[in-house]
Amino acid sequence: MAVASDLHFYVDAARCIGCNACVQACSECDSHKGQSMIQLDLIDALRSPQTAPVVCMHCDSPTCAEVCPADAIKRTEDGVVLSARKPRCIACNNCVLACPFGVPKMNTEMGLMMKCDMCYDRTSVGKKPMCASVCPSQALFYGTREEIERLRPRSQAIQTFRFGRQTITTRVRMLVPREAPARLSVTDGFGDPGIGHEVDEDVFTNIFVGRESA
Amino acid sequence: MQRGVLKPTVYAFVATAVLGALIVLGSRNLAHFDAALVAYTFAILFATFGLTYRYVMWLQRPPTRLYWRRGWRLLFARGLRLRRLGRGVRRVAADMVANRFIFKRGRVRGLTHLCIMWGTLLAAAITFPLVFGWLHFAPVPGDLSLYRVVVFGFPTFTFPIESLGAFILFHGLVWASFLVIIGVMLAMRRRMREGGAATLQRFAEDFLPLFLLFAVSVTGLMLTASYTWMKGAGYDFIAILHAITVIATFLWLPFGKLFHIFQRPAQLGVGLYKDLGHDGPHAACRRCGAAFTSLAHVHDLIAVTAELGYDYRVEDPAAPAIAALGATTPPAVEHYQWICPPCRRASLALAQGRLWAGVRGGDTLAVAAHPPSARPPTPRYANPGRAEGPLGDEDAHNFHP
Repeated sequence: MAVASDLHFYVDAARCIGCNACVQACSECDSHKGQSMIQLDLIDALRSPQTAPVVCMHCDSPTCAEVCPADAIKRTEDGVVLSARKPRCIACNNCVLACPFGVPKMNTEMGLMMKCDMCYDRTSVGKKPMCASVCPSQALFYGTREEIERLRPRSQAIQTFRFGRQTITTRVRMLVPREAPARLSVTDGFGDPGIGHEVDEDVFTNIFVGRESA
Repeated sequence: MQRGVLKPTVYAFVATAVLGALIVLGSRNLAHFDAALVAYTFAILFATFGLTYRYVMWLQRPPTRLYWRRGWRLLFARGLRLRRLGRGVRRVAADMVANRFIFKRGRVRGLTHLCIMWGTLLAAAITFPLVFGWLHFAPVPGDLSLYRVVVFGFPTFTFPIESLGAFILFHGLVWASFLVIIGVMLAMRRRMREGGAATLQRFAEDFLPLFLLFAVSVTGLMLTASYTWMKGAGYDFIAILHAITVIATFLWLPFGKLFHIFQRPAQLGVGLYKDLGHDGPHAACRRCGAAFTSLAHVHDLIAVTAELGYDYRVEDPAAPAIAALGATTPPAVEHYQWICPPCRRASLALAQGRLWAGVRGGDTLAVAAHPPSARPPTPRYANPGRAEGPLGDEDAHNFHP
């Protein structure tokens, strides 16, 4: 079985509310029970509630697979980059450090790299990936192009990313404004802080003062 | 012939010729060579050619070649030899002998692999020297109750034929086949019951080796049963059947999953590289400033990705922004490899969020002012309990904060 060619994975990190449902759901997956492959980070834990959910983007030319000395990472014909093949992975960390999206996770105890395989056990039989099936804000969405166009009329889905001089195209798509360029330069985000309000007043004092004055 | 093909071919010919010469030498000009086993010998010679060819081909891949060279160089590097040796011995004992890392993936999986591995290794240790004529048993002149073990043509120790030791020794392949059959049964059980395994497994890659090992073990046991309890009934037929299964396994060795037997020791070189990287100078992320791996690893990956045709050099559009953060200007990014994985993930979301700022809804997406003279902090897992899960302490090992 193969993943249906009209079904796509859409990521809209700006919609993420950091609820962790994807993380919990991911760890239910049959192929890596009890371990979550999704990467959900607080960008600036002290100053911003912004979270970044990152799944494997399933690159057309996966750097992780190319730098693997053991030839352990395989890309299926339907474009899904699978987790490391267990007999081959020698836990060298090359993929962890070379993936431009920072996706693979290394388990040193098991001597094994594990990464999101777009729930291949589910998607190859027509089901949604675990994370997309539970995401309440649809930051992670799995469906057809028509569905996403209807749901997000102001968005366009891009598959091209720039990392300095390197351009990477992916199977997984990211939603950006319709008027934005069709490729995202990731390095543009280096200097930005997390999105959020500055808490420059003491909230509790204000409440107290407010009540007194009333 | 291209150089990429010529080199492995030459190495494969040389390795096969060396093994052939050792067979002639070890069997004393084929005097102790058992002609009945000639088909096995040629299958092993073919496997040697195929394995060497694939191994050398594999070593030509840029990342593999790099680790191969680094591994050997570090092994023979000056200083800290005892400490390195100690770590190496521990690694061999834990990973190679006891399969600790597979037990961490699951107790039954560990047991499965241990049974198959030690069963096949034991069988190979017994069969190969016999097939090559390197080992044979000769009666001791004057005392027919004793056997002498002759290795490479040199007589060694003697032992009584009718003894428990002799029984265990002569039935070595029976014990090996018991181990293999137990392992294969456990592996098949997992492959038939686990949904995750069911999706990813392939017949040629995952089932064929199990079928071959099972067939070799069962036909081998049938031979023992035939001559022990059935007065040799059907022995010739079973012997041919057994030979076919064994030869098929050897011929399959260079192509399929069993090639990992020869790849896996590379883990030791990688371990050495990581150990020394851990002790040595570390690379700091050029976004958040945290150490995330060894300096050598970053330099090596920059070289390897360039050789593979990737160009992750960064012309630093953010240099002014980074420079504006502090009085002491952090080094320019220069290459994407200098960014730690958490900062890569954060940068993806931040770059996307930057495009949405002002489009989606005013204040909530406005970029908050950053305090001057501070680097952006290292992103943290939103759910350390679950997101890291059993993968938790790997970040400590791998430096990722």
